[in-house]
Amino acid sequence: MADLAIAPAREAAPESTAQLRHARMLSVGARCALPVALLLGIGFLAPLVAIFGYAFATPRSFDVFTSFTLANFATLFDTTNTVWLSFFWSCGLALLTVAILAVIAYPIAYGLNLVFGRWSALISVFFVFPLFVSENVRLYGWVLFFIKNGVLDGTLKWLGLSGGPEVLYTPGITLFGMVYTYLPFMLFPMTLGLALVPRDLVDAARDLGAGRLFIWREIELPLAMPGILIGMLLTFVLAIGATAEAKILGGQSIIVISHDIEIAFTYSQNWPLGSALAVLVTFFIGALTLFALSKLDLDRMLGRR
Amino acid sequence: MLQTSPAAPQSAELPKPILQLVGIRKTFGAFTAVENIDLDVREGEFLTIVGPSGSGKTTLLRMLAGMDTPSEGNITLHGQLINDVPPNKRPTCLVFQSLALFPHKSVGENIAFPLKVKGVDPAARKARALELMRVVRLPESYFDKNVMKCSGGERQRVALARALAYDPEVLFFDEPLSAIDYKLKKTLEKELKDLHRETGKTFIYITHSLEEAMVMSDRIGVMRAGRIVQIGTPEEIYGAPVDRFVCEFVGEVNTLKVTRGPDGAWQGVDVPGTFTLAPPRSGADLKEAFVVVRPEFMRILGPGESADNRLEGVVYNEYSLGSRIQYQVRVGAKVMLVELSRGRALPASADRKVTLGWDAADAFTLES
Repeated sequence: MADLAIAPAREAAPESTAQLRHARMLSVGARCALPVALLLGIGFLAPLVAIFGYAFATPRSFDVFTSFTLANFATLFDTTNTVWLSFFWSCGLALLTVAILAVIAYPIAYGLNLVFGRWSALISVFFVFPLFVSENVRLYGWVLFFIKNGVLDGTLKWLGLSGGPEVLYTPGITLFGMVYTYLPFMLFPMTLGLALVPRDLVDAARDLGAGRLFIWREIELPLAMPGILIGMLLTFVLAIGATAEAKILGGQSIIVISHDIEIAFTYSQNWPLGSALAVLVTFFIGALTLFALSKLDLDRMLGRR
Repeated sequence: MLQTSPAAPQSAELPKPILQLVGIRKTFGAFTAVENIDLDVREGEFLTIVGPSGSGKTTLLRMLAGMDTPSEGNITLHGQLINDVPPNKRPTCLVFQSLALFPHKSVGENIAFPLKVKGVDPAARKARALELMRVVRLPESYFDKNVMKCSGGERQRVALARALAYDPEVLFFDEPLSAIDYKLKKTLEKELKDLHRETGKTFIYITHSLEEAMVMSDRIGVMRAGRIVQIGTPEEIYGAPVDRFVCEFVGEVNTLKVTRGPDGAWQGVDVPGTFTLAPPRSGADLKEAFVVVRPEFMRILGPGESADNRLEGVVYNEYSLGSRIQYQVRVGAKVMLVELSRGRALPASADRKVTLGWDAADAFTLES
């Protein structure tokens, strides 16, 4: 009976058999992957190749792929170059963001898993919702909130108080902006990580005499670690490339590395220098990520191996 | 001067129960999981609670372990009320159905976990863990083995050793053998019974398999719909079940409904005939009753053989049960089961029409 069902298809096929055979040189998987491969090739790989090419072009020129010089890197590796300061600001802010987020997101993730119950879904939506609004718009919202005679300052003055603190355009507010922006990226992997801790194990540990802190240290934290580490990696990578917070909230009181790259491409019209810097930063973050991922053995952590 | 009433004489004779449940009830919203349970657990006994899934046995165990609190009633341990004592403050330990081994810890670290909680120093922890590994028959080389790389049986032993490391007065087991293959299960059941004797601790075991309960227990409690319907030794449960539920729980049985006819004789409801019944254990004068005959007490009567009760039927199926053979015999609309030892099997060419027979003393007369 099954033969009958596919018979018409076979009859229609003969003239295209040769073509079919040709197409079969690519496996089904490869054919399915083709659209994505093309998209990645054009949208992801090509710009990277272009940037890589520009990094070795004559400074302040557009002679991509036609000239080769290491002058751009030489400029960057000059210790008097301010990109180093920018780089340290970016790294420092990113590390601080990750550390602060880990502390803030853990209790929320715990609550989403075990405390909020049926409210969890709604509370999750509150954390996702801001992502629907452009990051810049949200950051300008904070500017309006903190600015002189803005929401905070104005309200306090209206109440007859001395007004709000002047926090805008400082490194501190930049850090605040980054923590605010990247909270969901820490929260959700962490929530998932905590969801992976079987409650049985917590019950068992408690039954074996362990107190809350001991259970947290010995059972909960190690078993939730895959999610926590993924959240940390994700926020670090995003935060190290962040520019909007430093520009909009920080008012360029500090310059971050991505801002330096942007300046090279725009004001200074020095694409080769910007490209060289981009290549360095990409390699640094790439190496760091690969290193972290190699250490992050999910199967081993979950005890599957 | 006020007269003090003398202490009840029997309290002096009976050893005081280690764990005592009085009027325990547990509800989840409108659902009652456990209904009015009174139970005395004797020190050092192996008590098994059996019941089908949903009978409330796991809820009962969780209350005993401290993971749930009873809605009503009291649980006392050595006479001390422990209703609200959290699990980590109770001298009891539960071996979970899932075993709940810590996947990120080695065999040794798992076993030593309760010792680490108590702050025992690492060297002493290791020594004690190795000692317990010997007790549960785990090779010493497994100390550093990843617990998730262990086989099912090995994991059972790790979970058991970990519970023993806590040195509890009462050990609870929540169907730990349910996911184990038959042969290994038989081995582990016997080992567990040995361990019970060696440690002298009180074991409370939960299972849905009465067969498992029979092998290991000093006493068995049968649970149904949140209540303990019968509690007694395995012999009492097997030999004097209180109702059809307990009977059927022990294994496959033949049940006949009978009513008292106008002449006072018992008449079959589903099958025609008059039956001779043993009086019910309760001694009540019944109008209606159930006769329950175990397949191994049902006989196939040859010519000239006699029995208190007889039924004519037709064999229509037979199953090999290893050492025994089970026959399905159609009697009217009813199917009766007969089990014969292989040596007494019906010859293949035998007339498929048979006469079944049983003696009143081999059957149970039950009210419900």
